[in-house]
This record gives sequence, structure tokens and C-alpha cells, in this order.
Amino acid sequence: MTTTATSRTLVIEREMPHPQEKIWRALTEGKLIEEWLMKNDFQPVVGHRFSFRATPVPNWNGVIESEVLVVEPKSRLSYGWGTLGLESVVTWTLTPTEGGTHVRMEHSGFPSEEGANYKGAKYGWQKFISNMERVAGGLE
Amino acid sequence: MQAVANNVFRALADPTRRAIFERLARDGEQTVHALTDHSGVSQPAVSKHLTVLKRAKLVRHRREGRETHYRAQPDALAPMVDWLQHYGAFWHDRFDRLENLLERMDK
Repeated sequence: MTTTATSRTLVIEREMPHPQEKIWRALTEGKLIEEWLMKNDFQPVVGHRFSFRATPVPNWNGVIESEVLVVEPKSRLSYGWGTLGLESVVTWTLTPTEGGTHVRMEHSGFPSEEGANYKGAKYGWQKFISNMERVAGGLE
Repeated sequence: MQAVANNVFRALADPTRRAIFERLARDGEQTVHALTDHSGVSQPAVSKHLTVLKRAKLVRHRREGRETHYRAQPDALAPMVDWLQHYGAFWHDRFDRLENLLERMDK
């Protein structure tokens, strides 16, 4: 996990003993996605708006709003990940290796485009978080 | 994600509420009147926002005469700062499930 003052990114990487094509299918076919991630109406088409649906819990409706941002068959897939007013981006990168495929997932928590998902908001989470870290830091 | 973090996220998902909270965190304790003057919304609206923040334990209040004073509880933000840790656990679990699926796809 990497963290900087202005953006936060979660990275998970794994080597999987499976061909790139097969992993790409698991990442891009709705029924397969549902088996390992969540119910969805995903389509591998840039600009397609869709949602992931988890079981609702108190204070969370279980809905993640998304839009397909990048589709480079078998190698790169990126989509938005918006929930609870917080907009983030998930990007998958597949690279063939000798024994299979290297799978890299990057979840960028706070996009630099401030307040993109708040109509009329003067600032976004990123600024808010950095302000709050200053406040919290000042308390210690 | 955990329910506590969800409460905090939900309370702060609204930009007006976030601005009120940020102001309290930055400038210290203030009355509802003072907050209303700076928020650009009506006093009943500010009071409603404060109630939501109070439920998420993001603010505390005390009464003094006819005025209610609010102050921020920045400690309540801790679950939000842990946001990535929650997602870290989430994605590791999903990676496991993805690998399970890939195994099954062979058959």
C-alpha cells in the first residue's frame, strides 16, 4: 500500500497460474464477475455506466456506482468505484509471465479532480482528508 | 466496510455537512448561529446537519443559556482514515475468490 499527502492508492499484485485470456474473461464477463466480486451489469465498453450491488447493510445501500474508463483487451481494465459520496478508480493490469499471468489491481482512493462527483461542492474529499490530517496531527 | 466507517462516510458525504465539520475542526467550538452565518443555508438546515454529525459522533454539543455550542470530535474520523485498510482486506478476499473461480473455470 502506498500513501502520499495528496492521493492514496491501494495496490495488490499476484501471480496466477492461468492464461491471460482466461483471467480477462473473469474480469469482464458479468456472470463471472458476480462469482468473485459482486452482482453487476458490467459491459466491457468504455463509457458504459453500471453498478456493483452488494448486500445492503445499515447505513449503506450496497450500491457501487461505476463507469468503464479503460478497456484494452486482455491487458488493461479500469472502472470508477463510487459509493457513499466517495469517488475512486479501480484499474486492472494483466501481464503474461512464464507460468501464467501477473495480475495487478490498483484502487486509487482519492482522485485529483476535486469534487468531480459533488455537484456544487467547493472541494472534494482529497482536500478534506488532508485538512483533517492536519487537524488530527495538531492534536497529538 | 465496517458500519462505523459507513456512518462517518455517510455523515460527511454531504458537502455542506463536511464544510460545517471542517469549520468546527479548524476554528474550534461555535454556536449554531455562528455556523449558520457562514454556511449559506438556514438555521434549521444547519441544525439538521449537526444532528447527523452528532449521530456519527463527529461533533459534541453543550448548552449555555439559549445558545447551543458545537465542537468537532476529530477522533471520530479514525475509521475513515482506515478506509484503505478496509479495502485492503476486501480486495485480498476478492483476489482469493477470483483464484477459486479461475480454478473452477478449468473444469
